Amino acid sequence: MIDVQHITKRYGDRTAIERVTFSVNKGEVLAFLGPNGAGKTTTMRILTCFMPATEGTATVDGFDCSEQPQEVKARIGYLPETPPVYQELTVSEYLTFVGRLKGMKSAALRERMPLVIEQVSLGDVRHRLIANLSRGYRQRVGLAQALLHDPPVLILDEPTVGLDPKQIIEILELIKSLAGSHTVILSTHILPEATAVCQRVVIINEGRIVAVDTPEHLSARLRRSEKISLTVKTPPHNFADRLRGIPGIVSVFAPADGGVYLVECALGRDLRDELARFIVTNGWGLLELKTISMTLEDVFLRLTQHEDGMGERSGGETPQEARA
Amino acid sequence: MTPAQAIVAKELRSAYFSPIIYVVCAVFLVIFGVLSYIAVVNAGTQAIRLMQIQGLAAKINLNDLVFRPTFYSTAIILLLVLPILTMRSFAEEHKLKTFELLMTSPIGINHIVAGKFVAVFVIYLGMLALTGVVPVVLAMFNSFDWAPVFTGYLGLLLMGALFLAVGLLASAVTENQIIAAFLSFGILLSVWLMGALGSILGDTPVGNTIAYLSFIEHYDRLVRGLVDTKDLVYYASGILFMLFLTHRVVESDR
Ligand SMILES: Nc1ncnc2c1ncn2[C@@H]1O[C@H](COP(=O)(O)OP(=O)(O)OP(=O)(O)O)[C@@H](O)[C@H]1O
Ligand SMILES: [Mg+2]
Repeated sequence: MIDVQHITKRYGDRTAIERVTFSVNKGEVLAFLGPNGAGKTTTMRILTCFMPATEGTATVDGFDCSEQPQEVKARIGYLPETPPVYQELTVSEYLTFVGRLKGMKSAALRERMPLVIEQVSLGDVRHRLIANLSRGYRQRVGLAQALLHDPPVLILDEPTVGLDPKQIIEILELIKSLAGSHTVILSTHILPEATAVCQRVVIINEGRIVAVDTPEHLSARLRRSEKISLTVKTPPHNFADRLRGIPGIVSVFAPADGGVYLVECALGRDLRDELARFIVTNGWGLLELKTISMTLEDVFLRLTQHEDGMGERSGGETPQEARA
Repeated sequence: MTPAQAIVAKELRSAYFSPIIYVVCAVFLVIFGVLSYIAVVNAGTQAIRLMQIQGLAAKINLNDLVFRPTFYSTAIILLLVLPILTMRSFAEEHKLKTFELLMTSPIGINHIVAGKFVAVFVIYLGMLALTGVVPVVLAMFNSFDWAPVFTGYLGLLLMGALFLAVGLLASAVTENQIIAAFLSFGILLSVWLMGALGSILGDTPVGNTIAYLSFIEHYDRLVRGLVDTKDLVYYASGILFMLFLTHRVVESDR
């Protein structure tokens, strides 16, 4: 549905994004993650035909952003970084204006408007001036504006900024419900959001894509070493030492009160099977055994703080400082 | 309602709630009223003087003594007032980031520019219509030739539209409304003075060209009751050229 090939954007001699390539399938929800100034907004502005790329091509539904911008624009609902609202209009006047701008017929507008107002919970304020609304409500008006003409593609730049926790959940639910029938790209700094609604995550840093994958794969791929947490019913007093005796185990963290043991294995070795057998044959009572993968938070920080992160998408581990 | 009509409607609605527009209209109308009052009083004293010299009741020519000076001074008020009317058009869209909404909507930039222009022009039409009170009231007390009054209004309409187009251009190049207002004021004043320069140079090819480029010479003819296609073409092409430049600026300004 969306295909971005090697786009580069330069402001003067400052490169905002460089050779960004990714694609989004129909009905997919894709999250753009990256620190401030990474180039998320820039990429979205190019996709929405707000500004042209310096190099490269972007297509939406087969239409080229620079050659057939009107076709592309008609298919996109866009929530910019700052909600594009007019202070002196009321919410319903504003939405009527946006509907007309998008070329909606009066009948369609009458049908869609209450629906969208309902979706983003704007019912109470529909006749109030936007100037008098709080930040979160303006954000919702911005969202309503993007959803209004029911476009097949939604591009949402930080959709949940300024919303209260309840609203965040509602909006994320809304985005989830749009998946399948709509193609969505959203940007965020908040990782649980990305994991909650997205099929795939694009991590971008300093204008370059550092990783594209599902949230699960990303954290799995970045596990530096295999870590296993163990809960054992009746461990012997020298349990930790006996574990260290198993070849391939690097370190064992033993809790003072005999709770959860953390076992770190050598890279690329899956010792779950051996560990389980070892404990069971000794009759210590294996209660729980599971691998620990990094949270997306860890992945994000690691990828964006180290230039040599995963530029080549090697699928392997990140070279990092050695750990004892 | 087409997208362009929606823009016009939205602009007018915003203007209706904007204190600036009321201030602009009020200032314009008050100054216009004062200027025409002064012109009428002047005409009165001249008539009395003529009567004393010649000893007979002179017929006052309202066209020469009242309307012409009023039309000339109105041009100066427009120079000051119309940049205020246009300064927010694009500058504010940039400032509030609503520009991003306009530019990512499936409508052509020409519709956006046309919508903005029509909106300010409608407001200007309203202002001019209110000044129509003056000739109507004067017509009740004295007779005069309506033809030069109509052509004078035609001149005001065309020259005002040109000012508005220049103002839109200035508003498109900056997101600061004050700068936009000053910029259009500066451009208009320079072009005006260019006309004066042209008349100093006299009837030479250079002088004539410079005078032709300024809007004031064309306005002058209309105020004197002369309707020449050359002048109409000047205004029409000037307005279109300014709107074209605005289009280009808006297009590249992202
Ligand atoms: N109009 C501009 N002129 C010059 N540089 C710009 C302009 N807009 C953005 N940049 C630069 O481009 C880079 C990417 O900016 P962008 O707004 O895309 O980041 P972002 O990922 O959206 O950040 P944030 O999370 O803060 O919203 C930044 O280094 C920024 O300084
Ligand atoms: Mg951004």
